[in-house]
Amino acid sequence: MSVLRLSLNQRRKLTPWMFLAPGLLWLIVFFLIPLINQWNVSLMTGNPEDGYTFTWAWSTYTDAISEYDEQFLRSIGYAATATILTFVIAFPLAYFIAFKAGRWKNFMLLLIILPFFVSFVLRTVSWQLILADDGFVVDTLKSIGLVGDDGRLLATSTAVVAGITYNFLPFMALPLYVSLEKIDKRFIEAATDLYASRATAFRKVTLPLALPGIFAGSLLTFIPACGDFINAALLGTPRQYMIGNVIQNKYLIIQDYPSAAALSFILMTFILIGIFLYARVLGARNLTEAAI
Amino acid sequence: MAVEAPPKVAEVIAGELKPSRARRFDRGRSWALGIWSALALLYLFIPIFVIVVFSFNDPAGRFNFTWQGFTLDHWLHPFTNPDLATAMKNSVLIALVSTVVATALGTFMAMALVRYGFRGRSLVDFFVFLPLSTPEVVIGAALLALFLTMSVNTGFATIVIAHVMFTVSYVVVTVKARLEGMDRHIEEAAMDLGATEWTTFRKVTLPMIAPGVAAAALLAAAISVDDYVITSFNAGQTITFPLFIFGATRQGVPPEVNVLATGLLLIVLILMALNVMLQRRLARRDAARTA
Repeated sequence: MSVLRLSLNQRRKLTPWMFLAPGLLWLIVFFLIPLINQWNVSLMTGNPEDGYTFTWAWSTYTDAISEYDEQFLRSIGYAATATILTFVIAFPLAYFIAFKAGRWKNFMLLLIILPFFVSFVLRTVSWQLILADDGFVVDTLKSIGLVGDDGRLLATSTAVVAGITYNFLPFMALPLYVSLEKIDKRFIEAATDLYASRATAFRKVTLPLALPGIFAGSLLTFIPACGDFINAALLGTPRQYMIGNVIQNKYLIIQDYPSAAALSFILMTFILIGIFLYARVLGARNLTEAAI
Repeated sequence: MAVEAPPKVAEVIAGELKPSRARRFDRGRSWALGIWSALALLYLFIPIFVIVVFSFNDPAGRFNFTWQGFTLDHWLHPFTNPDLATAMKNSVLIALVSTVVATALGTFMAMALVRYGFRGRSLVDFFVFLPLSTPEVVIGAALLALFLTMSVNTGFATIVIAHVMFTVSYVVVTVKARLEGMDRHIEEAAMDLGATEWTTFRKVTLPMIAPGVAAAALLAAAISVDDYVITSFNAGQTITFPLFIFGATRQGVPPEVNVLATGLLLIVLILMALNVMLQRRLARRDAARTA
């Protein structure tokens, strides 16, 4: 009996690792090792013709920061603006679907998901067309005086931020909806029964209970927005380029691998620190829990 | 009497004063919310509307930018551009292969993470979550750096490797959510009745998590077909659908692209409608059976 239990125990200890092994191995070989290798590459010196050798070239990092601080700051600025905008647009939408939509609930959720089935790149190209200089939108804005006569929308920061906001809106709306939907409505009723005004009930009950969704939504928007380069490439000019554009350019066109590796390392570190601080501030118990 | 007084006041407030004012306020707020929501959804669909409309355009030159006239030509011959046809074929094949691999790997990982308490579980959990919180540009660039270091030629195979790598985390998260809401006792019952772990998995667990696995596979396929960033780093000379569109922006995106995109959207809509109809029929049959 004891022998049997022991062998079962041992088997139970091994089983999860057998389940995990293939996927974990894939992630180690094609995610973790590349990141370590990239760190390695970032400390190399050389040129595209003769190749690169490892030399502990920390200067690549300081050079990268001093040379591309503008693009870094722009990425953070654009991503933060877009995250706030998606929140402002998505919160009332998510609130409406969770509390007021009734039988339209599923239909509205479907409408939020549906754009995912049209290519991301193509939707951004479509914005290019809509915001074009002689397009309907610019003409209308000119006629009501919001845009000057020689003003334009395409190839401006506004266009890039609008594009990012558009592309990541569902990533904000869906987690917000999930967390609002989970709220037990009786909590809100209890608050108003206890003489809390609607505003107070919202501020003290609804909003805190929606925090996991706000947390997940803003991460799901901010992280990809920070590294995005499609919107800047299609809706902006080199003057709107973000750090993603620089990294892509350096890897695929200039072939300055160490500098590109250093830049993507800095970007990743910045984002991980950001997530950590954000989690501390909002007090989310578990990142993965918030993401679901 | 003194005891009864407070409830009376509360009743008056709750029953008469508060509702009428609150209800009016509520209705106004609902309207405002509804209009805002409709506008937000409209915002989501503006570019898609433009894509659909311009799939019927008959552009004079290469640029499909201004409305020239209605034609069904592109709908009748969506594959006239051989590069576009190849790109579409590549995208579909890559999505199929990477989805099958990622779904299998991810489902097993989710099983291990939900079903077993073992040392290092939270570390594995965090490690699986890490690719989701890394910008795509970093993942793509790092993977390319590895392939360059190993002097591996980038192409179809490296795209599949990359897609499996970054969709597997989505699969784990999706399947985990399903597993966590599941009754463990059914599996325990199977094992108590002498089923081995593998048999239990095949005959009990898998059928129960099937909807979650299907959803995960759909998600993985959708992400794979749509990916531009990671693919652009690891594609070499291979062209996928998003790469083709991005490359075509300089010379003008041909209307056939709009046709294929609209067609894909239509297929998805039809599948969703069929699913709803099937669910309704099943529900009706169940209702009839219980009655």
